[in-house]
Amino acid sequence: MAEIRNYTMNFGPQHPSAHGVLRLILEMDGEVVQRADPHIGLLHRGTEKLAESKPYNQSIGYMDRLDYVSMMCNEHAYVRAIESLLGVEAPRRAQYIRTLFDEVTRILNHLMWIGTHGLDLGAMALFLYAFREREQLLDCYEAVSGARMHATYYRPGGVYRDLPEQMPQYTETPWTKGDDLKRVNEWREGSMLDYFDAFSQDFYDRVDEYETLLTDNRIWKQRTVNIAEVSAERAIELGFSGPMLRGSGVAWDLRKKQPYAAYDEVEFDIPVGTNGDCYDRYLVRMEEMRQSNRIIQQCVKWLRENPGPVMIDNQKIIAPTREEMKDDMESLIHHFKLFTEGYCVPEGESYAAVEAPKGEFAAYIISDGSNKPFRLHLRAPGFVHLAAMDEMVRGHMLSDVVAVIGTQDIVFGEIDR
Amino acid sequence: MNDSLIYLAWTVTKILAIVIPVTISVAMFVYAERKVIGFMHSRMGPNRVGPLGLFQTFADVFKLIMKEVILPTSANRFLFILAPLITLAPALAAWAVIPFSAKMVLTNINAGLLYVLAMTSLGVYGIIIAGWASNSKYAFLGAMRSAAQIVSYEIAMGFALVGVLIAAGSLNLVEIVEAQQGGVWNWFFLPLLPLFVIYFISGVAETNRAPFDVAEGESEIVAGFHVEYSGAPFAVFFLAEYANMILIAALSTTLFAGGWLSPFPALIPDHSLWFFLKTFFFCFLYLWFRSTFPRYRYDQIMRLGWKVFIPITIVWILVVALMVVQQWLWWAP
Repeated sequence: MAEIRNYTMNFGPQHPSAHGVLRLILEMDGEVVQRADPHIGLLHRGTEKLAESKPYNQSIGYMDRLDYVSMMCNEHAYVRAIESLLGVEAPRRAQYIRTLFDEVTRILNHLMWIGTHGLDLGAMALFLYAFREREQLLDCYEAVSGARMHATYYRPGGVYRDLPEQMPQYTETPWTKGDDLKRVNEWREGSMLDYFDAFSQDFYDRVDEYETLLTDNRIWKQRTVNIAEVSAERAIELGFSGPMLRGSGVAWDLRKKQPYAAYDEVEFDIPVGTNGDCYDRYLVRMEEMRQSNRIIQQCVKWLRENPGPVMIDNQKIIAPTREEMKDDMESLIHHFKLFTEGYCVPEGESYAAVEAPKGEFAAYIISDGSNKPFRLHLRAPGFVHLAAMDEMVRGHMLSDVVAVIGTQDIVFGEIDR
Repeated sequence: MNDSLIYLAWTVTKILAIVIPVTISVAMFVYAERKVIGFMHSRMGPNRVGPLGLFQTFADVFKLIMKEVILPTSANRFLFILAPLITLAPALAAWAVIPFSAKMVLTNINAGLLYVLAMTSLGVYGIIIAGWASNSKYAFLGAMRSAAQIVSYEIAMGFALVGVLIAAGSLNLVEIVEAQQGGVWNWFFLPLLPLFVIYFISGVAETNRAPFDVAEGESEIVAGFHVEYSGAPFAVFFLAEYANMILIAALSTTLFAGGWLSPFPALIPDHSLWFFLKTFFFCFLYLWFRSTFPRYRYDQIMRLGWKVFIPITIVWILVVALMVVQQWLWWAP
C-alpha cells in the first residue's frame, strides 16, 4: 500500500482571504490543518528606517500607512511619544478631538473587520452595509484633513486644525439631484458636530442591523463558536492585546488602565468575552462599536460647549500662521527653521502606547537630541497575533483558517511595517 | 426514410426550442442575480450595458469567449477540455422531460423521475474531472468536496423523490403534476412538507450554491474546481451551474408546487405561465439565500446531510406510505 503523507499547501499571498499579502504554508491532512507557517515581509516598506532619516513631523504620514484601516490611532501613538519627549501637552480641546477621532477610527476599523470577516465566511451582504457606514465616517476624515484615509491630522502639540464649521456637502451631478441630493445632504446642513450627532444617533440601529444578520444565525455560530479558542492565561502569555485579549475574558484596555487624551473624562464600558473563541471576539468587537459611539456622543457634547485652541502656542514646535509669517520677522525665522530642519527633541527615550482598534499600538522613540529620531520602533498588535496563528488553527479545518485570519483582524501594513 | 428525417428535424427543432430559451434564461438569471443581490446589498447592480444593464451578461459572455483558454502545463489536456462539456450536457439534457404544461413536454416518458435523477447526478463527474485534470491542489480540494457533498445530498434528494412517487403513484412527471390537481391545498408541498424543504435545500447543495458553495469556496479555495479555467470553458461551467439552478427550481415546481396548475382552479385557469411564475419564485429563493447566509463548513454540510436530512426523509416516507395505505389522502383526485 502506498505511503500516506500530508501535503503542503500554499495559502496566499495571492488569495482572496489573505487580507493583503499573508503567505501561509499549510501542512494539511486532508482538510485538517496540521501546521500553519505564516510568512511575512511581503509588504515591508522600512517605515522604521525611513523615519530615522526625516525630521519628526515628516514621519507622521508614514504612521497612517502602517495599519491602513485605523489611521489616526497610529498617528496618535507616534505623536504622543514625541510630545512626551518634548514635554508638551496638547490643549484640552485637541485631546477631545483626538479622543473623538480615535473612536471614529475604531468604528472604521471594526466596520472593515466585520465586512471582511463576514465576506470570508460567506456572508456577503454585511460587507456592503458596513462600507455604507464607513463611507460616512471617511467623509469626516476628509472634512478635517483633506484626505479620506491617510490623514496626517494629529501633530505634536495638538491637531492640525479645528473641526470645520460647515460639513462639506455633495454637489449636484447628473446622477444625484433633486430628492436624492437632499437625502445625501440631510446630515450635512450644519457643522461637523451636527453631522456626528446625526451619525451617532443612527449608528446604534445600524449595529443592531448587522447583528440581526449574524449574531443568532445558526451557520454563523457553527462557523465561529469554539473555533480557535484561546484561554485567558494563554492569551496573556502570547502577548495578545485589544479585542483578542478581551475576547478571552481579560478586561485589559489601555483607555481605562492608562488613560490618555480625554479617556479619563468619558464614560464607556469594556466588553469582555468568556470562551475566547471567534464568536466571543465577534461579540466583543460589535459591542466596542456601540461603546465607541457612546464616546463620540460625549466628545461631541464637550466640544460643542468648550471652544478653544487646538494647538499649543509654541513656535519652536508649531509653525506660525501664514499672516504672522508675512508680518513678523521672528515668525518668518521660525517658519523657515521648522520647514527646513524641523525641531530638535531633547535626548532620551519614550514609549507611548494607545489602544488602537486591533490592540496595543505603540511607538518607541530614542532621541539623540537631533531633529530626527535615532531609532523608532513600532509595536504592532497584529504581529503578535499573527505569531499565534499556528497555535490557533492547528487541528481545525481549512475553512477555519479563513475564520481565524478574520478574527485576528490582520492588516499587513502594520505587521510588515 | 423521409419520415424518420422529418421526425429527426422535428425533434431537433424541439430541442432547440428548449435549449435556446434555457440559455437565454441563464443570461437573464445571472443579470437578475446581480440586480437582486445588488438591491439586497443596498447598491445598484449592473446598469451600464444596454437599458438598465440588461445586456451585461451578454457582454460578459463575449468577453469570456474572446479570452485565451489557458491550459496549465501539467494539466491533462483532454480531460481538462472535456470536463466543462460533461457538466453542461446533463444540465441541458434533463430539461427533456420537464413538462411546461400538460402538452408542452419534449419527451413524456414514464420513467421521467428516474431520468431526471440520473441526469442531475451525472453533472458531478464534470466537476471531479475538472478538479483532477487541473492538477492543482485548490482545484483538487474543490473536486473532493464537491464529490462528497453531491453524493451525500443525492441520497436525501432521492428519498425526497421517493415520497413524491409514493404520493403520486407514478414516475411520469406529467402524471405527478396531474396528481396534484384541485388547488393549492392539493399540491404536494403540503402533505410532503418536510420532503419539500429537504428537496429544495438538497437542490441548493447539489448545485453548489450558497450557503453550500464549499466546492467553489471563493474565500477558502479561491474558485475550487474551476480555479484553473479561463475563457470559454469557464463560461461553460458557469452556464451549466445556472442551468442546473433553473432546473432544480423547475423540478421543485413540478414535483411539489403543482407545475402548470393554477392555485385556485375555480377562479384562474391552469396555464404554463404558472409554471414559469413558480420557477421564478424558486430561483429567487436561490438569490435570497446567497445574499443572506454565511457559508457552511465542509464537515458541517456532511453532518447536515447524513444526520439530519436522511433520517427525516426516511421517516416521512413511512408517514407518506402510511397515508397512502390508510387512504388519508385529501389530495387524491
